[in-house]
Amino acid sequence: MISFIARRVGIMALTMLCLTLVVFFLVNLDPNLRKLAISQTNMRATDAQIESWLERNGYRDNFFLRYGQWLGVVQKQPNIDPATGEAVPRFRFCDEPAEARFSGVLQGDFGCSTRFKVPVAERLVPALQATGWLMFYVMLVMVPGALIVGVLAGMREGSRTDRSLSVASIASTATPEYVSGVIFTVIFASWLGVLNGSAATATREGITFVNFTLPVMTMAIYGMGYIARMTRASMAEVMTAQYIRTARLKGLSFSSVVIKHALRNALIAPFTVIMLQFPWLLTGVVIVEAMFRYQGFGFLLVEAASNNDIDLLLACALVSVVVVLLTQLLSDVGYAFLNPRIRVS
Amino acid sequence: METLSPTQIVIEILIRFWPVWAAMIIVGTLSFVYRSRLGLYGQLYDTGVGIAGLAFIGFWLFSALLAGVIAPFDPIGVVPILKNAPPGTIDPETGQAFLLGGDKLARDVFSRVVYGSQIVLIIAPAATAFALMVGITLGLPAGYYGGRIDSLLSFLANLVLAFPVILLFYLLVTPGITETAIPYTLAGLFFIFPMIFFVMMFYTRYQARPQFMWSAIAVTVVIGTWVWISLVSNDFVVQALRNNGLAPVAALFDLPVFKMLSIEPGQLNIFVAVVFASSPGVFRITRGLVMDIKTRDYVAAGQTRGEGPWYIMLWEVLPNARGPLIVDACLRIGYTTILLGTLGYFGLGMPPESPDWGTAIKDGSQLLRLYVWPALVPAVALMSFVLGLNLLADALREESLKD
Repeated sequence: MISFIARRVGIMALTMLCLTLVVFFLVNLDPNLRKLAISQTNMRATDAQIESWLERNGYRDNFFLRYGQWLGVVQKQPNIDPATGEAVPRFRFCDEPAEARFSGVLQGDFGCSTRFKVPVAERLVPALQATGWLMFYVMLVMVPGALIVGVLAGMREGSRTDRSLSVASIASTATPEYVSGVIFTVIFASWLGVLNGSAATATREGITFVNFTLPVMTMAIYGMGYIARMTRASMAEVMTAQYIRTARLKGLSFSSVVIKHALRNALIAPFTVIMLQFPWLLTGVVIVEAMFRYQGFGFLLVEAASNNDIDLLLACALVSVVVVLLTQLLSDVGYAFLNPRIRVS
Repeated sequence: METLSPTQIVIEILIRFWPVWAAMIIVGTLSFVYRSRLGLYGQLYDTGVGIAGLAFIGFWLFSALLAGVIAPFDPIGVVPILKNAPPGTIDPETGQAFLLGGDKLARDVFSRVVYGSQIVLIIAPAATAFALMVGITLGLPAGYYGGRIDSLLSFLANLVLAFPVILLFYLLVTPGITETAIPYTLAGLFFIFPMIFFVMMFYTRYQARPQFMWSAIAVTVVIGTWVWISLVSNDFVVQALRNNGLAPVAALFDLPVFKMLSIEPGQLNIFVAVVFASSPGVFRITRGLVMDIKTRDYVAAGQTRGEGPWYIMLWEVLPNARGPLIVDACLRIGYTTILLGTLGYFGLGMPPESPDWGTAIKDGSQLLRLYVWPALVPAVALMSFVLGLNLLADALREESLKD
């Protein structure tokens, strides 16, 4: 088990290295750098001014050198102003060391956000907290809901309950967040007027039922159908097993067979699916936060990407890749742990 | 301004769609009557779920084909006084009604949704087809040979799968990227896979009839190269090739033959991003299926007969893996539609006035509290199309489980 996890962690680290390299390459493409330079100098900057700005701030250094500096394995050099000979920070809103030192992601320095004009960590931490709450409520609604629907549908395969619940879950997988968000807002905010069509107040004044129900509901619906389908399939399979028949034949009631005997085995497969649902939720977070104006991680990602805020975008990419890889690892380890028939080699 | 009553709106819409109803009834009746002779497609008519799925898809398919007949207005045409008009408002000049209202730029929501189906129904299945080609061509050897080639390809696939889709889109579909070589390089790479696939297919199958084999290969290569160059080349690529000292290639790419079929750089970019995001999924499924099927006796028999590995992969393993692949393709078209909507929703790639459903939802949701129809109509359209595909996939899965 230990060596299995160690190997997985090794592959994870390699994957992360490759992915951050790709992201680093893509955000540092020439058009993106020019856009950044224009936004940081002024709208009517000439080509020569742009070039000198990029040169002065180190954006024209060797690509791998810069990647190393961002990662924290190459020393960051102080930015010397050629006129005075003194070290001045690249951006006036972030501190920078006056002498060369290692200061990258590995040391916990995520760099400087040019969009919000603060160090990246200052924006990233509260945003992750905000999204954490959203995710928490989504999971709280989605997982039990999906499991109940799946078990109810799967315990009597082919029954009317099964068929109607299955069609409902197929419909929910056909409803992406930007569709269900619109439909729910129209129903609950425009027509009934009982819920808030925007979660902007949740950031400022705290989460309430009125401002947070719509985003949570919107996000939960899309993932729910998929988990319910998986649970149904797994439940239906378990219900045909021999030991369930034995339990029925020895006279146990149907409900106790389902709850005591079938449920435990039926819930192994959905566990993996729930863990693998996280990367999906990440896209959902971006859509829902944009739609309901909630200032979390997704909002940050959109702002970073549309303003070409290099350091912030890299930090967002790193966070999302870590989330994806960690959940993959957890799902594999957890599956082996829950299912004694699986032995990891 | 005069408006129609809700009943009149419904009747008007039903009448407007008459070519679709006619086409659906003709195709549906014919298929139902001859369903026993139509193989897998015919079997779909045996279940309610299958018929429902086919009905949704047929509706949008015929709407896309007959959009010019159905839509009363131009999808980007503006009638200024009908800005944000409620459903059923009549345009005093033409006497035609905005059946589902006007949007914030005074365009007819109904016509835009009908025309939007064209964009969705072209890009989503085409991108899925390319993703299938890429995924299958790489998944077959990975699953069949295993070993180092499998480890390498699987690592690359996992790399792409670990990318959150939305981040990938933001990085790959930014407007600036059309000024770099990346989308064209990726397009060139992806578009070559169908050619490899078909050439390998003919080459392995018709060894005994060399004349037929070489002519089939020649036709594939000629058509493939023509499509490939047409899709990849544009003024930017020609210029870039010339600047890099490849003037003869640039001159070739610039020939008028290759201008007949062309695709906007923005759309090409979307296409490439979608294929890039969904081919690793196909790869994984194909690889898993091949690993399972290659342990069967008929594969061992083929190996004993001395058949080449590519013959076995393409003509013995692949036909036996078709069931799950067809189901997956069906679901994947739906998922691609959702991805396209996501791109439109974030305003990535599509031109701002494009009538596609994602862009329309984005535009409409800004004023959702005041005017619900500009966002609600495309949302329902997208949902019904994806629902149809999912129902169809479910019916297909049931059918394939039967045998």
